[in-house]
Amino acid sequence: MDASASSAAALEQASEHTTGHGQWPLWEVFVQEGKTGSPHEHVGSVHATDAEHALQNARDVYARRGQVTSMWVVPSNMIVASSPEDRGPFFDPAEDKIYRHPHFYKVPIGIKGL
Amino acid sequence: MTGAQTPAGHAERDGATSAAEVPAEYLLRLADDRLVLGNRLSEWCGHAPILEEDIAVANIALDLVGQATAFLELAAVREGRGRTADDLAFFRDAREYRNIQLVELPRGDFAFTIMRQFLFDIYDVILLEALQQSADVELAALAAKSLKEARYHVRHSGEWVLKLGDGTEESRRRTQAALDELWRFTSEPFLTDELDRELVAAGLAPDPASLRSRWESELSRILEAATLTMPDDSSVARGGRQGLHTEHLGLMLAEMQSVARAHPGASW
Repeated sequence: MDASASSAAALEQASEHTTGHGQWPLWEVFVQEGKTGSPHEHVGSVHATDAEHALQNARDVYARRGQVTSMWVVPSNMIVASSPEDRGPFFDPAEDKIYRHPHFYKVPIGIKGL
Repeated sequence: MTGAQTPAGHAERDGATSAAEVPAEYLLRLADDRLVLGNRLSEWCGHAPILEEDIAVANIALDLVGQATAFLELAAVREGRGRTADDLAFFRDAREYRNIQLVELPRGDFAFTIMRQFLFDIYDVILLEALQQSADVELAALAAKSLKEARYHVRHSGEWVLKLGDGTEESRRRTQAALDELWRFTSEPFLTDELDRELVAAGLAPDPASLRSRWESELSRILEAATLTMPDDSSVARGGRQGLHTEHLGLMLAEMQSVARAHPGASW
């Protein structure tokens, strides 16, 4: 599917979505702090009528303090989440596979940002 | 207030640099617009239509009060009468306030507040851009700092004007009514007086009248997109810069200044 068409559809879907209390659609907010290239981390959510409005509200709620470099907002109903029942089959098998951890790897001197 | 009398301690400073400094009187104009508008906007704290907007308007109100503080601090120094920024904010009466009348009107409904902010924000951005070029380096630095905030303010109020104007029948009706009611207060920021002429000649500040055409074109662009109509009303409210105000300013100041006046010298 054409990417721009699908994101437009997502926005339309988001703007039609209300929580049933006459509330505006919900958006998840991701914030990048410090250097360009560091990850955008989830900080919370805001209600807003459209994408620009969501960015403004996110800015006012989550970027009042600190050193925000960049911000993403995503319609909450576009997030696909694993369910609590998936926890066992999804995540438990990783626990006993110690070789997947980087414990045995020595970090070369002078490497930063790990 | 002429600002002409200077205590001995400030004479040297003034003598050395007064050529490239705007007087306290001009700084009070900048400060009072922001202090009064910030207070009006802060009245929405806890009452805005939705939590996120409550935080947004409170942020903007704080930006404006913060800018006012900086301008008042500089005004207090330039005035050289030993008064502080707090003295200027809390111990001047309405007659001594130098704000335009637009900012002192009661907050009205949300459409009225948003339209008033928008009318001011466009003006503010254009004015601060010009003040960045001032030969007064302290003023230019304050303008540059405030401009970053003002650019966000106009983005916020502009988005709302679009939403409300091109929204429901009721939101459009309220927003147009707000614009009609506010219109006669929108000429005052662009009136040029004697002080302005002196500052223009010295390269210290722009001629207010020269800012108007850009303000109108920015405004009409958004109004058109918001399906709103520019009012056809030529009556002009004026006098704020000379200390003549509507009855509303005195009432607002009475509340704003009551704690400071009941406990003079207290710190909090």
